[in-house]
Amino acid sequence: MIGIAVLCEVQSGTVTRGSLGVLEEAARLGAALGEPVTAIVCGSAIDDAAMAALGGFGAAKVRVADDALLASGIAQPVVDACASAQDDGGYRYWLAVASIMTADAMAGLAARLGAGLVIDAVELHAEGGSLVTRRSGLGDSVLAHCGFTTPVGVVVTRANAFAATEGNGGSAPVERFTPSFRAWSQAVTLVGHEDAVETGPDISAADVLVAGGRGLGDASGFGTIEELAAAFGGAVAATRAVVDAGWYPYSAQVGQTGKTVTPKLYIACGISGAIQHKVGMQGSGTIVAINKDKNAPIFDYADFGIVGDLHTIVPKLTELVKQRG
Amino acid sequence: MRIAICVKEVPDPTAVKRIDDSTHRLVRAGENTLNPYDRHAIEAAVQIKEGPAPDTEITVVTVAPASAGRSVDRALAQGGDRSVHVADDAAAGSDLLGTARILAAALKRESFDLILLGQQAADSECYVMAGLVAELLELPCVTQAASIELADGAVTIKRQVETGYDTVKATLPCVVSVSDAINEPRYPPLPAIMGAKRKPHEVVSLAELGIDAATVGTAGAATVVGGLSKPEGRGDTIVIEDDGTAAAQLLAFLVEKKLVA
Ligand SMILES: Cc1cc2nc3c(=O)[nH]c(=O)nc-3n(C[C@H](O)[C@H](O)[C@H](O)COP(=O)(O)OP(=O)(O)OC[C@H]3O[C@@H](n4cnc5c(N)ncnc54)[C@H](O)[C@@H]3O)c2cc1C
Ligand SMILES: Nc1ncnc2c1ncn2[C@@H]1O[C@H](COP(=O)(O)O)[C@@H](O)[C@H]1O
Repeated sequence: MIGIAVLCEVQSGTVTRGSLGVLEEAARLGAALGEPVTAIVCGSAIDDAAMAALGGFGAAKVRVADDALLASGIAQPVVDACASAQDDGGYRYWLAVASIMTADAMAGLAARLGAGLVIDAVELHAEGGSLVTRRSGLGDSVLAHCGFTTPVGVVVTRANAFAATEGNGGSAPVERFTPSFRAWSQAVTLVGHEDAVETGPDISAADVLVAGGRGLGDASGFGTIEELAAAFGGAVAATRAVVDAGWYPYSAQVGQTGKTVTPKLYIACGISGAIQHKVGMQGSGTIVAINKDKNAPIFDYADFGIVGDLHTIVPKLTELVKQRG
Repeated sequence: MRIAICVKEVPDPTAVKRIDDSTHRLVRAGENTLNPYDRHAIEAAVQIKEGPAPDTEITVVTVAPASAGRSVDRALAQGGDRSVHVADDAAAGSDLLGTARILAAALKRESFDLILLGQQAADSECYVMAGLVAELLELPCVTQAASIELADGAVTIKRQVETGYDTVKATLPCVVSVSDAINEPRYPPLPAIMGAKRKPHEVVSLAELGIDAATVGTAGAATVVGGLSKPEGRGDTIVIEDDGTAAAQLLAFLVEKKLVA
């Protein structure tokens, strides 16, 4: 087994920033291990010339699978493509930054290859000639130094763990390969897509974000959150749980699948603080949490936490802030 | 219709968790409970049974130590009809791939139309079991379903992706993991809790599933934890209990930090 393959996800025609970050990290790892890095791109109507630019982010070679089946964001055809790439590439490690598609694709690939799988890796180290990841656990209270016993290792890195640079302008040779698709991989079809519409103020630009989660009780609970946000002159953010439930628009979602935000002040109300939420807001200047469960993980990374009922605390705080304003 | 639900027993989320320094594994000695995310998968199955497919049988499947019976019963109380519990000392220490191999073997013994999982496990914070199991079973897979509609031998699923919401269709049999917003799980009434013990329970060993013990558990682990370290924390946290003055205390903190004029 030779080399490191990085699955570079294409969304809306371009390789995601997160994928570029992992590619650059793979290049550092590859240099330490003496393993060349290959970027694997799966999609449809891929512009090979644009993909050559992945060379500027550490890829020694770019391999492209171009097929309508790979355009839908469905993971299993990508598993087939990666497995085909593995057949002639014989890679030692597979890396991808976590997304809805890549996590499923890497899981499928690990199962297909009988390869070890590490999720939520936050660091990649070369130790004794092998890759040893740091896998964050127990609400980020411990880092497990996790390596592989199998000839091939598959790693999904945490969203935002590796920030991409602007690249060095280099380029890499691009070649195409043809995946062989399995029957079961074609049994899921995309029948509709609603694009996320930007509504309300841009939460990525706000200095103060007041965020609401399922603890609000129902959609009407966002009324008090909006009042607090208005008192601060800030904007409203939300968790996936409330967006999926239809309580608040998707454009306000913070987290792994949603936006990454870094306001000066982030006030989390009725939010448990799951890792997938945390990765989108942990860069905030000051984090405040209001939650009635004293064991909620959000308190592990808040600067100021209140154990209590948001329905009584939030309106009081709104009044106090207004009085000063 | 035959639905299987994969449920995991996890340490009580309200208890302090810890990793054993010598084994590098989660200490599971304290109170354990049913993975809260899996309750949404059970509720989804119950709603299918109450709605489009009344003749549905719901089977709860778990890979867990023999002591996990109470969590299995909780899943049954919530609407499962029977359970398959893979309990075997040799399964201890299974990593993601090992657990997936065992689950897949248990699921393969029977023919399920729909295999449901929770969005993630509260202890390991992974969300990949559906993808692993589906591939081992060579079945279609859809993860993080925000809604499921069943019609004409297929499921139509709405799910969130980075660019918005996708609607996908999958033919049965298939593997689906559900988002925690798909439904609001009901709390089982007392008679259901009492009745759970009397539902058919099947406890099976790895040998009965035809699994070579060397391919799972600690012996077959594809990943190894060679050490532990402490990540950098965020620094000091002030946590107060609201006694009526919390909003005022918070305001003072924000003023001090110059976040409020
Ligand atoms: C692949 C993947 C991607 C994901 N992407 C994202 C993402 O981008 N963003 C995201 O947010 N999540 C994401 N998630 C989901 C995430 O794992 C959690 O499920 C979600 O963040 C939980 O939302 P919540 O905190 O609103 O709900 P819950 O976890 O249900 O928490 C509600 C909290 O409210 C508290 N509460 C209840 N009542 C009150 C009250 N009256 N006063 C005060 N507190 C109260 C409760 O104690 C609880 O802690 C993703 C998950 C997966 C698997
Ligand atoms: N040991 C297990 N037994 C049965 N189901 C499991 C087990 N581990 C994980 N699962 C299922 O897989 C889902 C996601 O778990 P994971 O990907 O391991 O975080 C859980 O919500 C369960 O439905």
